[in-house]
Amino acid sequence: MTALASVAAERPTDDTEPGALTEVQVIDQHIIEFVSDSGEGAQTAGQLFGTVSAKMGNGVWTVEIIPAEVEPPHRSKAGASGNRIRFGTDEVTNMGDAADLVIAFNDQVPYSRIDIGALQEGTLILIESKWADDVQASIREQYAEALADYNARGYVVHEVPMEKECLKIISDPRRGKNIWAVGMVCAVYDRDLSYARKEVHTRLIKKGEKVVQTNIQLLEAGYEWARANLPLRFQVPVKKSEIDKVVMNGNTAVGLGAMAAGIELCSMYPITPATSASHYLGSAFHNAGGFVHQAEDEISAIGFALGASYAGKTPITITSGPGMALKTEFIALAVMCELPLVIVNVQRGGPSTGLPTRVEQGDLLSALFSQPGDAPKIIMATPTIAECFHFMITARKLAETFRGPVIVLTDANLATGQQPFERPVMKEEWLAPPLDQSPWDPNVRPFDWDEKTGLSQRPVVGQRGGEYVLTGLAHDERSKVAYESAINQRTMQHRSRKLATLQKTLKPPKLYGDDTGDLLVVGWGSTRGAIEEAVDRVRADGGKVSSVNLRFLSPLEPGLKEIFGRFKNVMTVEINYGEDANWEGVTAENRRYSQLAWMLRAQTLIDVDCWGRVPGIPLPPGRIEKELRDRLNL
Amino acid sequence: MYGLKKDWMLEPRPRVFCLDDYEGAEPRWCPGCGDGAVLSSVQRLARDKQLPPEKTVVVSGIGCSSRFPHYMATYGFHGLHGRPLPVACGVRSRRPDVHLFVVTGDGDCCAIGTAHWIHAIRYNMKMTVMMFDNNIYGLTKKQTSPTTRKGSHSNVHPRGAPLSPINPLSTTISITNASFVAQTVDWNPVHLYQTLKKAHEHDGLAFVRILQRCPHFTAKIWDDFQHDPNKILLLDHPDGIPADDTLKRIYKNSVAHDPTDIGAAHEIALREDVVPVGQLLWNPNAERYDHAAAWGVDMSAADRLEGAQSSMDRFLI
Repeated sequence: MTALASVAAERPTDDTEPGALTEVQVIDQHIIEFVSDSGEGAQTAGQLFGTVSAKMGNGVWTVEIIPAEVEPPHRSKAGASGNRIRFGTDEVTNMGDAADLVIAFNDQVPYSRIDIGALQEGTLILIESKWADDVQASIREQYAEALADYNARGYVVHEVPMEKECLKIISDPRRGKNIWAVGMVCAVYDRDLSYARKEVHTRLIKKGEKVVQTNIQLLEAGYEWARANLPLRFQVPVKKSEIDKVVMNGNTAVGLGAMAAGIELCSMYPITPATSASHYLGSAFHNAGGFVHQAEDEISAIGFALGASYAGKTPITITSGPGMALKTEFIALAVMCELPLVIVNVQRGGPSTGLPTRVEQGDLLSALFSQPGDAPKIIMATPTIAECFHFMITARKLAETFRGPVIVLTDANLATGQQPFERPVMKEEWLAPPLDQSPWDPNVRPFDWDEKTGLSQRPVVGQRGGEYVLTGLAHDERSKVAYESAINQRTMQHRSRKLATLQKTLKPPKLYGDDTGDLLVVGWGSTRGAIEEAVDRVRADGGKVSSVNLRFLSPLEPGLKEIFGRFKNVMTVEINYGEDANWEGVTAENRRYSQLAWMLRAQTLIDVDCWGRVPGIPLPPGRIEKELRDRLNL
Repeated sequence: MYGLKKDWMLEPRPRVFCLDDYEGAEPRWCPGCGDGAVLSSVQRLARDKQLPPEKTVVVSGIGCSSRFPHYMATYGFHGLHGRPLPVACGVRSRRPDVHLFVVTGDGDCCAIGTAHWIHAIRYNMKMTVMMFDNNIYGLTKKQTSPTTRKGSHSNVHPRGAPLSPINPLSTTISITNASFVAQTVDWNPVHLYQTLKKAHEHDGLAFVRILQRCPHFTAKIWDDFQHDPNKILLLDHPDGIPADDTLKRIYKNSVAHDPTDIGAAHEIALREDVVPVGQLLWNPNAERYDHAAAWGVDMSAADRLEGAQSSMDRFLI
């Protein structure tokens, strides 16, 4: 760590007195966005700033702004790439509404954000000013027009000579401008630059000490320039936490969770937005004795996983919607043959190729039903990044105890979003037990289903006396092919009743807000933070609204019917398509409900309403709030 | 079992396995089907090699031959159509200690499972792959398979198969990192046994195509070759499957093919005038993916935990 120490020893600007340019405004939270052409490093800048803020003790939530292509056309809406960082004094649970400050590397990329309502009147824009002097007249004109338009929209523009300043340090400012911009924003938000220096060091040391030093120079230059030239100073006070915290994105949390669960094999095929979980495992899994297998296709990935499962090791396979579709036949086999497996579906927009980089919660019903025949299985959904980690440990144990696949639904929002959470202290009991090779009592059949629970123990390869032939054909307790009616009825029943057995062990979900009221909002997965923030805002105005987030979807958590009965109305908020009740073409028979609403209506016989939207971005709390107010006539 | 050594059980006498120990359910293959001959050979091989049944796994796909695991008394995995190879590779990935056989057919391997066939050959994980090739889909009642000869009638192509068949031997030989390719016939138990024995002893993935007829749908396809032994080309080489005197007496048409000669292997595979039997390809230097995939299988719980903890620490604020 000598390199780090020397970096820390050279801190020149940390104690710089606030400049005289402006008063410092103290605020409890801000939302900022870095946007650039793809490849200019705005994503890195955003991640860096988010990490620095988290490490200083702010609550943070980050959202990646990702184009679908690797390098789309420059200076275009479609090419906008970057990161949104919402940070505050308290915990931040979602991406929030409009941005307060946008750092734009050109005048066109902000339009991708303007189009989706990410900016509002008063939003500050710090824009690269070099385009004003571009050699091409058309670009100069575009720039002038955009600035005029920004002003007309009520944004507050500050022109920043980013490249010009960077050129004082480096010859190719397209590489390095992002770090300079981080320095600038660190000055605007009074960040402790030592954290930023450390982060630059961590991220770039692979490229050598010289690159680190150059970038630290850029960081400091950006900071100094802002202090001297920008009339913007904000402070978002930090709360130092007594507990150890970690900060990571949801896909990394899934990977670390798999390691903490003692999972030894991740068998996968590349698919956006799931792949980065496997990237993480590829970089760290070996430390915990694990291996990442990149298969030739999605089908093979799960087949390979199930081979390892049959041989006694519960593996993980990580995919997204189209991959789930391909894995369907093997998922059914895992249900039929009761093979433990953890399947993570990082949901993206569908159907078909859909919106590869963007969030949706469209795979709930397909997770439940897409297999041939009746294939009961456990389905969970993670509401936070911390739970992306913890659910892996639960999922592996459930897969083994209930002898079958467990599907964990996360989404593109959690996959790339970063949030600090309490550092889990891993325990040995979280790990998979060692491979049991002791002799098997030959009197215990390979599917010795318990009549009440449907549960059974399974012999694994190597256990003497336990030899059996697993088959996807209908089979009896001895795993012998059986076409008899009574056996088929009985074995279906055992597989089905395992879910009832699990449900009896679950606790009813906790409500957010009062136990009774006018409206209960039911959500699942990553919408929890935004829903709760919306509920807070409406309750502050006297609205009698509460919310609940369901983490088990198959089986459903117990007590729902009773809970729903305590509210005048119940609705779901989901990021999947739901037909509005007020569309003129809607009838009681043709209304297509959002997916959780569909399930809840069937299971509770309560008239559960829904608000399902598919914007390709996380639902902002303000949009949910508006919907709740409408429903409550507030 | 904690605190006890893995081999804590006292065996008063060494275990000796006989054929009965490998016999599972009674086969339900049609009378005259050659699958039974392969089953007997594998059971004999297991007995001769004294493979502990609990340490032996037979993985199959879907099709007539894929019922094979049910007729063994070992562990078995009768999975999905076309997918035995990914499953077998998965078994192997975390279990270097087991004996692994794969049963697949011409439809299972060369049609629906083609992607896995190519990649499993490339992975070269230790296992014996037996591709039962009767040139037809039998279980689903006579549909054209990828190895059905052009013009042969099937229920899908009553006027004859429109295309010439794929050549499973030349295809397999062409796959990068192929390490063992052999062909045998189910009607010669001596050659069948010797081929499977050599395949089982191979350090890597051994691909064995077993020619057979379907007594119902392709009963006569090998008649010419059975009636005229000179149409069989016996591959005989010390590095391949050395032919014993019985074989040499029947099959006079033999060639000393060196299986490490991939060019010659390819030429032999493409011959249409004769049916080669014996080992076509052997690459002792092929890479083994199972060596990489078994990373950490013996790591202790304490080390796993430590690895996970230190990985988590990198994200500490």
